[in-house]
Amino acid sequence: MSMRNVLIATAAAVLALGAAYAAETPNLGQPIAEADVAAWDIAALPSGVGLPVGSGNAVEGAKVYAAKCAACHGDEGKGGPIVRAPLFGGPPLTEGIDVRKTIGNFWGHATTLFDFTRRAMPFNQPRTLTADEIYATTAYLLYLNKIIGENDVIDAKTLPQVKMPNRDNFIIRFPDKI
Amino acid sequence: MSQGKRRSRGGIPSSADDVAGNGLLNRRALLGGGLAFASAASAATVTGAAAEPLKDAPWSLETGAVTPVLQTPSRFEKNVVRTLSNPNNEMRTSHARTPHHLLDGTVTPNSLHFTINHSGIPDIDPAQHKLVIHGMVKQPLVFTLDTLSRYPLVTRMAFLECGGNSGAMFSNEPVQATAQGLHGLVSNAEWTGVPLSILLDEAGVDRSAKWLIAEGADSLALHRSVPVKKAYEDALVAIYQNGERLMPGNGYPMRLLLPGYQGNMNVKFLRRIKVVNEPAMSYYEARTYSQILPGGKAYRFHFLQEVKSFITNPSFGQALKGPGYYGISGIAYSGNGRIAKVMVSADGGTSWAEAALQEPVLPKAFTRFRMPWRWDGQPVVLQSRASDDAGNTQPTRAEFVAVRGQTKKPVASANAFPNQHYNGPTSWGVASDGSIKHVYA
Ligand code: HEC
Repeated sequence: MSMRNVLIATAAAVLALGAAYAAETPNLGQPIAEADVAAWDIAALPSGVGLPVGSGNAVEGAKVYAAKCAACHGDEGKGGPIVRAPLFGGPPLTEGIDVRKTIGNFWGHATTLFDFTRRAMPFNQPRTLTADEIYATTAYLLYLNKIIGENDVIDAKTLPQVKMPNRDNFIIRFPDKI
Repeated sequence: MSQGKRRSRGGIPSSADDVAGNGLLNRRALLGGGLAFASAASAATVTGAAAEPLKDAPWSLETGAVTPVLQTPSRFEKNVVRTLSNPNNEMRTSHARTPHHLLDGTVTPNSLHFTINHSGIPDIDPAQHKLVIHGMVKQPLVFTLDTLSRYPLVTRMAFLECGGNSGAMFSNEPVQATAQGLHGLVSNAEWTGVPLSILLDEAGVDRSAKWLIAEGADSLALHRSVPVKKAYEDALVAIYQNGERLMPGNGYPMRLLLPGYQGNMNVKFLRRIKVVNEPAMSYYEARTYSQILPGGKAYRFHFLQEVKSFITNPSFGQALKGPGYYGISGIAYSGNGRIAKVMVSADGGTSWAEAALQEPVLPKAFTRFRMPWRWDGQPVVLQSRASDDAGNTQPTRAEFVAVRGQTKKPVASANAFPNQHYNGPTSWGVASDGSIKHVYA
C-alpha cells in the first residue's frame, strides 16, 4: 500500500471511529472554569502569552541566584557540584554537531528560560519561586550570557522582545506536519 | 547493489539457495520451503561427536516451586535486564535501555521497555490524578483514569523511540557496544487508550488552533508542543501497555501516545493539554531535542522517527560457535508507516538479499525480519537496510553522515548523546573466531 493509501485508509478508519462516536460520545469530562486551571497553567509562550505580572533585573537576580541556584550550578553560573556545565558561554555551533548547547549559543527564545525556571527550578524544589524571583534570575542568566545589560528590567513586556543570538538559525524539520 | 548474486569462498560450495555474498540463503527456507532449507543447510551442519544418552534431570524428578501471583522470568535469565545510566538516581536524566540482543519477536515486555526520566519516576495515585483539557476550547474539561476507562478504547501496536536513540552512531569511530547499548532507547508495545480527538471534540476545540501543549505531572512538569493535526490523525491517551496498566516509568497512569513521533513528545504522566495558537518552545523541544547540523544551523520539531533497522542476532556481545547455519534476525520500523522490505548484506553492503518479514507487518510498529545464513567461517560484515511503504529507505552511513555529520573525536561511551535521530545502518563485523565487533561499512 502506498503512503497515500495508508493515510487515506488511516484517515477513513479514524473518521469511521469518529463518526461512530460522534453520535454519542461518553462526555464524562467534568467541566472546570478556566480560572481554576491557573495553578497548572504555567507555560510561557514566545509571544508572551502566559507570562505573569512581576519584574526583575540581573542585579536582583544575582542575589536570588546565590541563594537558590548556586548550590547546584556553582557561583555566577560557572558550574557546580550537581550541574557541572556552566549556564553561559559555549563554543559556536559551527564547531561541531556535538558542541554544548547553552542559553547563549543555542536557545532561540528568552521565554524558554523563564518557563523552564518557573516549572522546573530549583530542581529539588520546583515551583517555589515568586514571579519576581523568576524574572530576576532570568535577567541574571541573560546578563551572564551577554544578551542584556545588568540593569535592564525583564517583565512580561520586555522578555518576549529579547533577541536571542541563535534565534534565526533553526530549520523546521517537518513543516508539512504542522 | 547486486541482488541475488551468488558467491562462494572458503571451500564451501555455493548452493542454489545462496542469494547474496558470504552465505545469505533464500528466505523461502523460512516460509515453509523445507526442501530448500534441507538442501542448503542440514547435511553440512551435522558435525562433531554424537549426543550422550538421555536421562531424567533432577527437576524432572521433584515437585516444582510455588506459583507466584506475579510471575518473573526464570532465574537463568537474570542477565536479561535493562542497563541504567543513572542507577543512584542522581539529579540528572535516567535512561534504561532495552536488551534487544537478548530478545526476539516484536513485543517488548513491560519490565524491559525502555524508559527515560528527567527527574525520577513520580509515585502517582491514580485515584487522584487528573487530566485537564483547556485553552482554546468551548468548555475546559477534567478527566480521571476512571472516566477515561469508560470510553470506547482503541488498541494498537506502536514503537516508541527516543530522539536520542543510537546517539553513539554519530561517533567518527564505531563505539563497541551491544544493540542494547547502541539502540536500547526504542521499544515496541501494544497500547490501549482513548483517541485524543474524542476528548478534544468533547471540549469543543477551536479548529483554528494549530498546537497543543501537553504536560506531565512529574516534578519538571515536562511539556511538549504537539500539532493539532497529529491529534486528529492517530494520537491516543494511553492507559494500558501490553494489556496491563502503564509501567510507572512509562507514564502511569496515562500518557500521550503519538505513533511514530519522537519519544519525548509522547508526554508521560499526562495531566494537562492546552489548546494554543503557537508552539511553547519548551526546554525539551527548543533545546534538548533540537539537533545541531554541520555548518551550525539546527533542526527544530524533528517529529518523525524515520525508517530504521538493525540486526539483533547475531550482534555484538554474542559469539558464533563455528561455521554452519545461523538465523539472522533483527528489528525494522518507521514512523512513516509500514515496513515494505528489509535487505540484508553479509559482505558489508556489496550484495544484498531480501529478508523475510514476520507477519503481521503493522504501521509504526516493530517488524521482525529474518534471513537464513550459512557462515563459512571467514570474516563477514552483516548489515540491514529497511524501506517503508511511504517510499523511504534507510540511508547508508556515508549518505547519513554527509547530511547530519559525525563527531571529530571518537565518542567515549554508548551513553553519550553527541546528536540525535540517527537512522543509518548498523554493521556487525564477524571475525573468523566467531567474535563480533561493531564496525562501519
Ligand atoms: C538542586 C539542584 C539545582 C538547583 C538548586 C537549581 N538547579 Fe537548575 N538544574 C539542575 C539540574 C539537575 C538541571 C538539568 C536538568 C535537565 O537537563 O534535565 C538544571 C538545569 C537548569 C537549566 C538548564 C541549563 C541548560 O543549559 O540546559 C537552567 C537554566 C537552570 N537549571 C536554572 C536554574 C535556576 C535559575 C536556579 C535557581 C532558581 C536553579 N537552576 C537551581 C539542578 C538544580
